[in-house]
Amino acid sequence: MPKVKVKRTNPSLDMTPMVDLFFLLVTFFMLTATARQEEALVVDTPSSVSELKLPDTNVITITVGSDDRVFFGVDGQHTKEALLEKIAGKYGVGFTEEEKKTFSLLNNFGVPVSQLKSFLSMQSSERENVNQPGIPIDSTQNELGDWVLQTRLTNPKVVIAIKGDNDANYSTVQRVIDILQDRKVNRFNLVTDMEAMPGSSSE
Amino acid sequence: MAEIQEKGDSGKGGGKKRAKKSSTKVDMTPLVDLAALLITFFMLTTTFNKPNTMEINMPVDPENEEEQIALKASNAMTIILGENDNLYYYFGLAADNPEVIESDYSANGIRKVLVSPQVKGNEKMTVMIKAMDASRYKNVVDILDELKITDTRKFALVEYSDADKELFAQQQIGQ
Repeated sequence: MPKVKVKRTNPSLDMTPMVDLFFLLVTFFMLTATARQEEALVVDTPSSVSELKLPDTNVITITVGSDDRVFFGVDGQHTKEALLEKIAGKYGVGFTEEEKKTFSLLNNFGVPVSQLKSFLSMQSSERENVNQPGIPIDSTQNELGDWVLQTRLTNPKVVIAIKGDNDANYSTVQRVIDILQDRKVNRFNLVTDMEAMPGSSSE
Repeated sequence: MAEIQEKGDSGKGGGKKRAKKSSTKVDMTPLVDLAALLITFFMLTTTFNKPNTMEINMPVDPENEEEQIALKASNAMTIILGENDNLYYYFGLAADNPEVIESDYSANGIRKVLVSPQVKGNEKMTVMIKAMDASRYKNVVDILDELKITDTRKFALVEYSDADKELFAQQQIGQ
């Protein structure tokens, strides 16, 4: 007598398509994500209801720290290399190829041009520990203005973002804005955090 | 988990020993777990990393002072950002010695004033923001934010002038 075989349904699923899909997504997100860049100066930006997003590229970021130090940063390696050459020509400082390379990889910095050479020749671990004094913004030694002007000459598409700390003195920010206005920059962005629009449900 | 080992052959079968077939299937659950974790991580980091901004357009500095049109006192409101997150405002021009009123950044403070008919009802009303040197950057962003919330379009960032200083000294505020 033949045994009646009960057909057992296999409870295991074929996960291969799922895994395929997941890895596709992982790859997509990995490639689109930009690694969080190291900030030389950590700032706590104020929040606002503004929902405008800062563009990804062609941005000059002027960071104002809580201790009123001003840092300058721009994206794009080619922009930075060309910019350093122009600044070197203006201030009569020569930079080696290696220093230029280091500069093109810096996210932002806050040293006067006179100290820039020694700053760039440091090891990267050393550079992290060094206390950067900030870029001079006073009227006698207005280096920030030069950096902004030369960057705009190098890359005319740049937009300017000011990233200020909550506790930065407004007078410093005002000074930065004045410098920008001297250079005929009348439109800029203030980098802020997200905040919900108040009363959007009750009003 | 997803691959449940099938058991229960031992009871029946009349003592016949079956050769155990090794399954060709690989348990993919840990792989899926890992992939899902990575997806979540990259999804969250991409969306939250982008900073918000507030765009401001400053007026172009005029060539000469005479070209500027004087603001009528009835259309002027001044907000002064003081030390220690204090906030003051007055209507009219500093020269006319208006009453300086103290306010704050809360929803019941300056926002009420900005939506009041005195401001909202007057299309020509221009809000001037004057930040004292001692004020914080956060104050400026906060007040710009309030203007945005209340949809006040006409405003300007103006320097804290000597006339304002005198006004404050006279009324003994913020000393």
